Amino acid sequence: MKWWKYLTIVLLLYTAVMGLLGHVPRLAILNETERNLYFHVPMWFGMTIILLASVVNSIRYLRDPSPRLDILAHESAKTGIMLGVLGLLTGSLWARYTWGTWWTTDVKLNGAAVTMLIYLAYLVLRGAVQDEQQRARLSAIYNIFAFAAAIPLLFIMPRLASASLHPGMGGNPGFSKYDLDSAMRLVFYPAVIGWTLLGVWITEVACRFAFVKEKIYEKQEKQLA
Amino acid sequence: MKNKKNNWLSRAFALLLPLLLLAGTALAQATTTADQPEMADALRASGKIYVVVLVIVIIISGLLLYLVRLDRKVSRLEREVEGR
Repeated sequence: MKWWKYLTIVLLLYTAVMGLLGHVPRLAILNETERNLYFHVPMWFGMTIILLASVVNSIRYLRDPSPRLDILAHESAKTGIMLGVLGLLTGSLWARYTWGTWWTTDVKLNGAAVTMLIYLAYLVLRGAVQDEQQRARLSAIYNIFAFAAAIPLLFIMPRLASASLHPGMGGNPGFSKYDLDSAMRLVFYPAVIGWTLLGVWITEVACRFAFVKEKIYEKQEKQLA
Repeated sequence: MKNKKNNWLSRAFALLLPLLLLAGTALAQATTTADQPEMADALRASGKIYVVVLVIVIIISGLLLYLVRLDRKVSRLEREVEGR
């Protein structure tokens, strides 16, 4: 097993223990739920990084097509979508107990939801095309569109909005540099790295499985021919 | 002689005073948690929080172990396909 997989295990166990036992500032409304910072927010960090890897592999595919690059892009997108869905679910639950509602028409929330729908359409598109090469090319082009739409939806539009409940937005005090204290940073950054590495690990195993499957099919075709 | 001794005492007190003040503020903080935002202090005081920590550690360990086993299985499959 590679070294970074051991690092993933250590970081995730550290996150679980220190995330619950570590010091957090006493904040009104949030109370103990601010510990969700170590679990909800890393989902989005991980999703963004893995979706970036996906679009990079899609661009590489378009420059020099190969089944390998298509698999890398596809499996990365799937892991990214999974992390995004977990982010939406945990965010919704957190909102219920701090904002008092499961969902609200907030730029950040709607942007995240639209991003997930755009990426679900990527999977639908892949499922709709029979021919392998056509599927790979079409979905690589669509992936570039999806990523180009996701970045403004997640990171630009919410920041342009004048008001938002979600932290880190215009005029809203949240986990900004003012109240994310140094004790929380000591858990938050390892948590981000740990959860992102877990996503990378899952993607790596899924890709290797797909490569082996590809190889077996190739051999079967050769035997038939 | 007497003056010198007094001087020493006042210096020692000047050194101790900030420490005493610090201890005082710490005690004051400890006693005024009731006015501050409510946290799960009882869960921590009773030690039951460790049960939650252990449950989460067991779940994460189990899932990671499952992933490690999947990883190994794929490795074995890779060797088999390459070997033939």
